[in-house]
Amino acid sequence: MNVRPEPVEGTETVEERPSAVDLKSEYESSGVKDVLQELDRELIGLKPVKKRIRETAALLLVERARKRMGLNHRTPTLHMSFTGNPGTGKTTVAMKMANLLHRLGYIRKGHLVSVTRDDLVGQYIGHTAPKTKEILKKAMGGVLFIDEAYYLYRPENERDYGQEAIEILLQVMENQRDDLVVIMAGYGDRMDRFFASNPGFRSRIAHHIDFPDYENDELLRIAEIMLSEQSYHFSDEARNVFADYIEARRNQPHFANARSVRNALDRARLRQANRIFENSDGPLDASALSQIGAEDIRASRVFDASQEPGSAS
Amino acid sequence: MRITQGTFSFLPDLTDDQIRAQVQYCIDNCWAVSIEFTDDPHPRNTYWDMFGHPMFDNPDAAAVMMELTACRKAYGNRYIRIVAFDSTHGWESVRLSFLVNRPENEPGFRMERTEHRGRAQRYSIRPYSSDRPAGERYA
Repeated sequence: MNVRPEPVEGTETVEERPSAVDLKSEYESSGVKDVLQELDRELIGLKPVKKRIRETAALLLVERARKRMGLNHRTPTLHMSFTGNPGTGKTTVAMKMANLLHRLGYIRKGHLVSVTRDDLVGQYIGHTAPKTKEILKKAMGGVLFIDEAYYLYRPENERDYGQEAIEILLQVMENQRDDLVVIMAGYGDRMDRFFASNPGFRSRIAHHIDFPDYENDELLRIAEIMLSEQSYHFSDEARNVFADYIEARRNQPHFANARSVRNALDRARLRQANRIFENSDGPLDASALSQIGAEDIRASRVFDASQEPGSAS
Repeated sequence: MRITQGTFSFLPDLTDDQIRAQVQYCIDNCWAVSIEFTDDPHPRNTYWDMFGHPMFDNPDAAAVMMELTACRKAYGNRYIRIVAFDSTHGWESVRLSFLVNRPENEPGFRMERTEHRGRAQRYSIRPYSSDRPAGERYA
């Protein structure tokens, strides 16, 4: 514009600079405490992940306090990569992370846009850039979660359009760090290879968080929480059988931690419904309708397969 | 001659921060924000070209600002305005629009007098810039 007037006074309120900051009260008043407690309460296990998030939250809180005090500060790079096997809670944690960053004021809206390669990469020349930009625009002010990010890069095809999406992503990740946070997720080894062949990403991502597999007893606790959310519960025997189930399932292919547990529970509910439908000859009370019995789980194919190794599940 | 039109026509040109705040207001009201440009400054010119798509589902003004930067890069020497469209039943129309970019030089308008029947005179205005073909007017 040729006529660029003086900026109008008062558009940016100059906050009064405090002489001291109480981090404890800051921690409570900003709502960070609630998010972290929620994280502890709702997510079973994942100790290293929770520790990293706690550390990140502390860093951001201190950084914000420094900014208030007028100390030299730079907006920290917040892009992250979550690596881990399927079903280890990457998406769930990403949602909590968006909430946390929003509470701390590092992102303005706090919504999560979850995408995969198909949402970013087009099918013909000139299709990719607008598609990627559209997604980026949608994610502005929030968190862009790219699941299975390594699919963006296909080394076997040098004319793959994924490269175009990567370039646009890198540009926005660098230039608009205030506007959005990118979280990339995927299996550990494949993400390592992805970062090795795209060094631009590695240097722009500050936080690499590794999600460990769940222990058997953690998975059992997760199963119980999932059931209670749907007003179901195990009978005592069923709980023991399910513990055996988890152990057997782990040794079979395509084991996906909590996701496998959820699928197993869905199938158990189906069997339970069938069982009470076929056997019932009278009124049923609420506890009969909401109890998963041992026979509902024992009918699973996982047990057949574990007895005769080699057969598919 | 500095051309004004739209919602904030009586104010000096908005700064980028002010534009961002206005856009965020539009988004918070669930209006679809889009960017339009033209090089025909005539006040009766209602058909401007749209830059990109109308933005229906972007919760943050940063997206519009990104498009605006791209538009200024491509058409920095034309008029650019931001238009907020309200799709609610009964409105289905533009609720707010304002200029966010103008050419370096705005030559203004020539007034033309035409003799009419019975010594009457008719007046019309014609922008000096429209003497040149579209696309070359502010080069």
